Amino acid sequence: MTVGLVVVSHSRKIAEGAVELAAQMAPDVKFYAVGGTADGRIGTDLEKTIAAFESGLTEASGDGLVVLADLGSAVMTAESATEFCTEPDKVLLADAPLVEGLVAAAVATQGGALAAAVKAAAESVRFGPETAFDAAGSPPSQGKGEPAESGEFELINPMGMHARPAAKIAGGLAGLDVEATVNGVDGTSVMELMSLAVGQGGKLKVEARGKDSSKAVDYVRRLVEQGFGEI
Amino acid sequence: MDLGVDWAVQWLTLSARLMSEHREELIALDRAIGDSDHGENMDRGFRAVIEKLGQTPPETPGAALKLAAMALMSKVGGAAGPLYGTAYLRAATSLGELAEIDAAALAGALTAARDGIVARGKAELGDKTMVDAWSPAVEAADEVLADGGDAVAVLAAAAEAAEVGAVTTDPLIARKGRASYLGERSAGHRDPGAVSSALLLRAAATAAGFPEGSAE
Repeated sequence: MTVGLVVVSHSRKIAEGAVELAAQMAPDVKFYAVGGTADGRIGTDLEKTIAAFESGLTEASGDGLVVLADLGSAVMTAESATEFCTEPDKVLLADAPLVEGLVAAAVATQGGALAAAVKAAAESVRFGPETAFDAAGSPPSQGKGEPAESGEFELINPMGMHARPAAKIAGGLAGLDVEATVNGVDGTSVMELMSLAVGQGGKLKVEARGKDSSKAVDYVRRLVEQGFGEI
Repeated sequence: MDLGVDWAVQWLTLSARLMSEHREELIALDRAIGDSDHGENMDRGFRAVIEKLGQTPPETPGAALKLAAMALMSKVGGAAGPLYGTAYLRAATSLGELAEIDAAALAGALTAARDGIVARGKAELGDKTMVDAWSPAVEAADEVLADGGDAVAVLAAAAEAAEVGAVTTDPLIARKGRASYLGERSAGHRDPGAVSSALLLRAAATAAGFPEGSAE
């Protein structure tokens, strides 16, 4: 069972560019880029969108499609295409920022998540640093008691925590039965991990709760020690 | 008088003519509060409708409207495509296989079209959108139906109410679509979608034999 990801944009270049970016972090995921009108102008095209949905439903997916769209009428076109396609129940439209949502969805898909979870991953993307904290200003890990496992690791790769390492951490943790935070943010959220902006020499503190806690901490430790394969 | 497929084809043909004639006017309205492509998009969309009508002549009014829906959704490119496409498609579904449309079926189709636009665009009355033309049109159609009017009278009342509704968008502040980015600066301009909606409903009344330009 896999999930296919569809991007519906007003611009062919935006759709293809967003897919190109997300595919870097999710090599096994099937993407479908739909952008611009049939005659190459800026706009959206229902027939092209339906065709992409049908391809995705037959090729990519056992579990369905998750769709991200950019501006208002692309959302409406995606909704209309859902209405017209053969399996409307298997097409989920995510209410998320296109690029960030797609990357989060791609990492979740790569990690084996099913359609509803992929949609949720896209929609969990938020802008700005406040996401790491709740309304009272404390990191979300507080108030849950002591973690089952934890560990603190220093980043040795020159680039620090950029997109690909974040995707590796988030993708791996998503496949485990664990609730894990990294420096207080959700360890399965590639966007939140990237927003930590930890550079070379900075530290990642992993706190894990749940059945796979020790696996989770071990997984991050190994990635960090190997410099995420970048050294 | 009931309306058949000839009326539906005539409606779409007149719609295409009106979109072409009012192209510049719609562009000017959209330039003030949108991205100035509404006139061009509608003209292109209805040209595609006419082309498809020529390729596969429909056998029922519902089939004609469904054909229009598909052409508009694929060729308009902007928000008006899915909105009008949904409207025509819901109207077509409401009419089903009927060969002749009476006043009740017509009022039902107009309601379905309006509800489709509301569902797709998530706009309400007063948001300065095409809903401000469609909602009064549906109410007027229902009143005429309740008074025992025929299909032609239903369309005439809908067309008149839509034109009044379009005028009422002048002072409104847009809350949907690109015009909403302008906030208060959107007041003082007529909504292009409401104007094109009024033109399309006027074309429907004219196609039914109601004298053009005297829908009051």
